[in-house]
Amino acid sequence: MRAYTERIQEAARRLLTDNLVDVVIGFRKGTVPFMNEPFLAKNLDHVRQLYWDGNCGINLANYLAKRTDRVAIVAKGCDSRNIIVHLLEYQIKREQLYILGAPCHGMIDRRRMLASLDGKDPTHAEEKDGAITVAGQDFQVTLDRQEYLQENCSICIHRNPVIFDELLAEPVPEQQDVDRYPDVRQVEAMSPEQRWEYFENLISTCIRCYACRNACPLCFCPTCFVDESRPQWVGKSIDPTDTRTFHFLRAYHVAGRCTDCGACERACPVGIKMRQFTKKMEKDIKELYGYEAGVLPDQRPPLDTYRPDDQAPFIK
Amino acid sequence: MREVYITKEKFPDVVGKLMNQHRVFGPVFQGQYHEFAELKASDEIDLTYQNTRLSPKGLFHPHSERMFQFSLAKGDPEAGIVKEAPKDYSSRLILGMRPCDAMAFRLDDVNFDTTTIKDPWWTRRRATTAIVGLGCNQPCRSCFCTSVGTGPFDPSGLDALLTDVGDGFILQAITEKGQELLDGISDGGPVPAAATEKATQLRKSAEAQFVTQFDPKALAEKDMLELFNASFWDEVQFSCINCGTCTFLCPTCWCFDIQDEVCEDQGDRIRIWDSCMFPLFTVHGSGHNPRSQKLQRVRQRFMHKLKYYQDKYHDGVACVGCGRCVKYCPVNIDIREVARLMTATCVCPA
Amino acid sequence: MNNPYLPYPVRIESIVTETEDRNLRTIKLLFLNPEDEEKFKYIPGQFAELSVAGLGEIPIGIASSPTEKGFLKFTVNKVGKVSSHIHNMQPGDIMGVRGPLGNWYPWDLLEGKNIVIIGGGFAFTTLRSSIVYMLDPRNRSRFGEISVVYGARFPGLLLFKEELAAWEQRDDIKMHITVDSTDDPNWKYNVGFVPAVTKQKAPDSENSYAIICGPPIMIKFTLPVLTELGFPPERIISSLEMRMKCGIGICGRCNLGTEYVCKDGPVFTLEQLSRLPNEY
Repeated sequence: MRAYTERIQEAARRLLTDNLVDVVIGFRKGTVPFMNEPFLAKNLDHVRQLYWDGNCGINLANYLAKRTDRVAIVAKGCDSRNIIVHLLEYQIKREQLYILGAPCHGMIDRRRMLASLDGKDPTHAEEKDGAITVAGQDFQVTLDRQEYLQENCSICIHRNPVIFDELLAEPVPEQQDVDRYPDVRQVEAMSPEQRWEYFENLISTCIRCYACRNACPLCFCPTCFVDESRPQWVGKSIDPTDTRTFHFLRAYHVAGRCTDCGACERACPVGIKMRQFTKKMEKDIKELYGYEAGVLPDQRPPLDTYRPDDQAPFIK
Repeated sequence: MREVYITKEKFPDVVGKLMNQHRVFGPVFQGQYHEFAELKASDEIDLTYQNTRLSPKGLFHPHSERMFQFSLAKGDPEAGIVKEAPKDYSSRLILGMRPCDAMAFRLDDVNFDTTTIKDPWWTRRRATTAIVGLGCNQPCRSCFCTSVGTGPFDPSGLDALLTDVGDGFILQAITEKGQELLDGISDGGPVPAAATEKATQLRKSAEAQFVTQFDPKALAEKDMLELFNASFWDEVQFSCINCGTCTFLCPTCWCFDIQDEVCEDQGDRIRIWDSCMFPLFTVHGSGHNPRSQKLQRVRQRFMHKLKYYQDKYHDGVACVGCGRCVKYCPVNIDIREVARLMTATCVCPA
Repeated sequence: MNNPYLPYPVRIESIVTETEDRNLRTIKLLFLNPEDEEKFKYIPGQFAELSVAGLGEIPIGIASSPTEKGFLKFTVNKVGKVSSHIHNMQPGDIMGVRGPLGNWYPWDLLEGKNIVIIGGGFAFTTLRSSIVYMLDPRNRSRFGEISVVYGARFPGLLLFKEELAAWEQRDDIKMHITVDSTDDPNWKYNVGFVPAVTKQKAPDSENSYAIICGPPIMIKFTLPVLTELGFPPERIISSLEMRMKCGIGICGRCNLGTEYVCKDGPVFTLEQLSRLPNEY
């Protein structure tokens, strides 16, 4: 991980010095264990703060939409896929971007990690050779890194950036024979009543803080449908109807665009697994259109393409 | 004020008896984390918890609350007239609240309960609720209560305080309300000297775990506009995604929205938590938005908590150091760091 | 204690369209319960929340004067959900009013002083309240010279036209009505922007206060004129607009530094504003 940090700083220094970019978007070391903070390096002084380890799960593509300057950005596989979605959806131009591709080993699931410590408070964590050593007052444990990956990372099949200007390390081997949808199939197999109950429980703790939406790189609408007041599509309370409407509609809105980066679940303060919605969309899009979001820079998401000669009957 | 010792064996009985007299709320483990909930059984309460994910502010200021109701039925002579909605104000007891969270209610009182205007729902609930705190034997790393004028055993916001001394709890009355509560408890005994000693030790060791993070007084002395115009906000705001996590989890963030909701010909006027992080919070009918930029919104939250509140009420900052925002901010914006930046800015003339 | 969030029920007595573009209408409201009028004791400069059950509330300056008994008047600009609905309501319809809210123009300080009122566009409502209040026979002698500069983009956008004409006829108030432009050959008042007219017509700043309400652009260009005329910031009074909900300093929305505009304002002197963040 130190190697990544050094490479990022080196690249940032070079790009800023050569005036190839105006800013560099990366991470700086967090103030609490298993957290880093997205950071905008504007000058050489800032570059020293750039940092990388297994706690860089936040999707940095979220910070690109509608920027007008020249940006270098550190991008994991998922970030790079969301950069492609941004390019396809005109949120940024390719010539503005210098992509520092970060082949990814999967990011650490902070919540699960903390839960495993049984209430003990970590002060320090270090990753080395596939293990994480966590230490706090009166304790030290070494854990298998692989066991504590974010769920989306453990089933990720695009760990290497799909678009980049330079790579920060040798590509990592992609995970093979991954079954991405066992949980989705389980939900599909439920009766409508069971499924309804399952989803009701899933979102019952939602406080409508919109962390999921705001952490999502796809949610760049100037005014989200939940914020519209004329007409007001959705009530603002935590009435189950409104909460449902928000989650269901958001899931449909990201269909064919979602890269399963996990930003939503990572951000949720109350631990809602909203990827249960988006993964179903992802699976359907794959099965119906053979499309995977953010992989090919010249292939638009199926739900935003329209052809007068479309053979599908629903368009007529 | 009196104090009693309750063994852990007897504690569920004590809770059970209290449940006969009051609606009793306590920390309950709900799947992934603890939340305050009305106890249905005396053994639901889990006082081994560290703190609840959401602050207990919802007990006094719920996320969504019906304020009024009205009819829009054609032919109803009262149609369109907004009326009070019935509410349950029967006696409540909150057991096991952390002292910081209880302190937060005192900070919020200056907003909801003023000499001229009183929020009827907040004040009624405050009056009909007794709060029994639970001292923090093992503060968490993201807490900083001692930096903002409270502490792991601060009784200020409590009616009574529980201290977990291992085999049992010491229950101390703090207010008259707390004293009445203690008087009604028959399962307690005198506090053994060893327990008192243990409690003193626990308290000392808890307090010793804190490092002073920043000095609120130094912020009070700063010039408001100088802080407002400081250059560091640009760096602070970058990572913010403008979600409501910090404000919704915070025990001292009280801002709310008022909305009417109608179903067929009946409607409610409700109030709902709102957040200064949301762009819609300040947008005028005309479309003009005085805080249209993310920087302005991020700055508003910190300035309101750490500076405006201090300057307005001259009674410390609007933060109790519970650390929820530190722990759950999805992008690691840390109020302790921001406060340090705010205290560090130079006030000297250039 | 009354629930400060509970509106008093009122009945719409009349609705008058004020402007040619039909965007401003004045509603006259009568309290359903006469005792509520007693409770609603207001002072010019204050505002109220107009409530429409099912849609919500909007904060609007009170256009009537406490010297006018038996009713309240509000001039409502058609902007959003609630205001548009009010525009379509009919006399006899029931709605609600909650208040009075906020502070008021500092009438104690203004006593014995010359007063220049500067208004633009539809922000003239609480200024109308103030003028009616000061011209009331019981009050007129408390104040010195009263001048009014009131501008609109064109004549059809002026509010309260009949009253303006009546005030023009009086000798205890100096009216300076102006429009940005007009092709009306019979227009007998000023043509020009408010700052320019203020410069020409404003009284000596000695022993004078200025009350200014209007669109930001008008305020921006008029303030330097007032300063030039010698008005110190503590004698320039303005009223702020903010998005509000509760109107009683609790919901937090209109927070501006140490102040809540709905409760500590909306009336501030320029001197007070200079010490607050300029987020309005």
